[in-house]
Amino acid sequence: MNALYKFQSQRVAKPYFIAAIGLFVGQILFGVILGLQYVIGDFLFPYIPFNVARMVHTNLLIVWLLFGFMGAAYYIVPEESQRDLPSPKFALLLFWVFLIAGALTILGYLFVPYSRLAELTGNNLLPTMGREFLEQPLWTKLGIVIVALGFLYNIGLTVLAGRKTVVNVVLLTGLIGLAVMFLFAFYNPDNLVKDKFYWWWVVHLWVEGVWELILGSILAYVMIKTTGIDREIIDKWLYLIIAMALITGIIGTGHHYYWIGAPGYWLWLGSIFSALEPLPFFFMTMFALTMVNQRRRDHPNKATVLWACGSAVMAFLGAGVWGFMHTLAPVNYYTHGTQITAAHGHMAFYGAYVMIVLAIISYAMPILRGRGEANSPAAQKVEMTSFWLMTISMVVITLFLTAAGVRQVWLQRVSETPMAFMAVQEKLQMIYWGREVFGIVFMIGLILYVGSFFVADKRNQV
Amino acid sequence: MPESFTKSMARNIYIGGSVFFILFFLGLTYHTEKVLPERDNRVNINEQVALGKHIWEVNNCIGCHTLLGEGAYYAPELGNVYQRRGGEFIKAWMKAMPTNAPGRRQMPNFNLDENQLDALVEFLKWTGEINTSNWPPNIEG
Repeated sequence: MNALYKFQSQRVAKPYFIAAIGLFVGQILFGVILGLQYVIGDFLFPYIPFNVARMVHTNLLIVWLLFGFMGAAYYIVPEESQRDLPSPKFALLLFWVFLIAGALTILGYLFVPYSRLAELTGNNLLPTMGREFLEQPLWTKLGIVIVALGFLYNIGLTVLAGRKTVVNVVLLTGLIGLAVMFLFAFYNPDNLVKDKFYWWWVVHLWVEGVWELILGSILAYVMIKTTGIDREIIDKWLYLIIAMALITGIIGTGHHYYWIGAPGYWLWLGSIFSALEPLPFFFMTMFALTMVNQRRRDHPNKATVLWACGSAVMAFLGAGVWGFMHTLAPVNYYTHGTQITAAHGHMAFYGAYVMIVLAIISYAMPILRGRGEANSPAAQKVEMTSFWLMTISMVVITLFLTAAGVRQVWLQRVSETPMAFMAVQEKLQMIYWGREVFGIVFMIGLILYVGSFFVADKRNQV
Repeated sequence: MPESFTKSMARNIYIGGSVFFILFFLGLTYHTEKVLPERDNRVNINEQVALGKHIWEVNNCIGCHTLLGEGAYYAPELGNVYQRRGGEFIKAWMKAMPTNAPGRRQMPNFNLDENQLDALVEFLKWTGEINTSNWPPNIEG
C-alpha cells in the first residue's frame, strides 16, 4: 500500500483525532441536556445538577479541542519538518495518559460530589478548583502540564532539527504559548479581583491569543495542501493574520477587566483594542476565500475545503461580529454576563476552533486510513451534509440565544422597573425551547458526521 | 494583497507588534497591581472571607451563577446578592434548598454548617464592596 503520508510518526495523529471526535459527541450530549434543563428546570435533578452538566460540557470541549490540536501538530509537524518525531511511542503513551486522566476527571464530576472531589484530590494543598473552565482537580491540571511538556518535547525537537517552515514555527509558538499561559491556572489568591485578573490570562490569552496562532497555522497548512498556491503568498497572509490577532488581542484582554474591580482605564483600552479584534478574523476569511478562488489545483477532498472556508467565515461571524456586538464598555455594561455572552461563545468556539479541528481531521483522516487523498464522493456527501446541519443549527442557536439575551438585557438591566433574574428567565422559555430544538438538530448533524467515517469506500473493492 | 507588501514586512509587523504589545500589557499589569488596593477592598479580606471564597469554589457555585458577571447564566448574579437580599436571607435560602418544585430550576443543598454559611455570606458581602465601576446597572444584577 502506498501511503500518502511520508513519515511513519504522522500516524500517531490518528488516535488523537478519534478521541477528539468521541469526546465531541459527549460534549454535545451534555449540551442537549443543559438546553433541556433551561426549560425543564428539574430535568435529571438531583442526579446531574446543571453545574455538573455544564462542567462536563465545557471541559469536554476544551479537552477534545486539545486532542485535536495535538493530533494536528503530530500530523503536520513531521511533514513540514521533513523528519520523524523523536519518539512516536512517547506520543502514544501521552495519548493514553491524557485520555485516561480526562475520562477519570469527567467520571469524577459525574459520580462524586464536587466538594468531596476537591477534598480527595488535594485541593486543600493548592486550591485551584471551582473556577469557570478550570474546574479540574489538581492532579488533572498537573497531568495536563506533563502531557503538554512531553508533547512539546516531541514537536519542539522535530521543528528545531528539521525544515523550519512558517506553518511549523507559528504552530509551535502557539502551542508553547498554550502551555505557558495554562500555568496561571495554578495561581488562585484569596483576593477575588486578582484571581479573576489572572484567570483571564489563561482563558482570554488562550482563545483570543495563542489559540489563534494554532488556528492560523492549521488553516494555512490546509490551504497549502488543497489549493496548491505558493507558500510565499500563504506565509505572508499567515503573518498578517497572527500579527493582527496579537496586536489587537493582547490589550483586548481589557474587555474582561471592565467590571471586576480593575482600574477604569481598562474601559478605554479594552474597548478600543477589542473593537479591532474582528480584524484578524476578517483577514482570515479574505485569505481562505481568496486562496480557494485562485487555486492552482482542484483537490478531490471537497469536504476539507468546505470545513476550512466555513471555519474562517464562521469565526469571523462568531468571534468577530458577535464579539464586537457587546465589546464596547457602554454596551457591555448592560450585556455583561447575559445570554448575549452565551450566544457569542457558542458561535465563536464552533467557528474558530471546532471547525478548524474538523477541517484538519477531514484532510488527514482519509490519508491516515489509506483511502488516498480523499474519501469517496459518497462519504464526502454525508460529511458535507453534516457540515451544513451543524453549521446552520449553530447559526440558529446563536440567533435564539441573542434574542434571549436582548430580551433579558431589556427586562432586567435597561428597564426603569427592572425584573428579577428568575422572573425574566420565565419570559424566555419559548426562545429556550427553540434553541433546544436546534441543539437536537446539531446532534443529528454530529451523528451523521460520525457516520460519514463508516461509509464504505467502494473504490477499493473493485 | 499588493506585491510590494512582502513576507518579511508581514513578519516584522508580527514580531514587532507582538513584542511591543506584550511589553505594554506587562506594564499595564504592573500599574494595575499598584493601584488595585484602592479598588479591590483588600483591607477587608480576613480569614472568614478567604474561607468563604474557598467554600464558593469547592461547591462549584460558578457552574450556575455569575459572580461580577462571570460564570454560568442559569441562576442569579451573586456579586451584589448581599446588598439585594441580606445575609440572613442567603443563609435561610441555602438551608431550604432544594425546593423540589416540579419543573423549576433546582439548586442542590450543599449541607454547609453554620460556620461555613457565615463565611460564605462574608465573602459575598466583601465581593459586593469591590469597586466595579458601578456595575451591575441595578440591584437585580
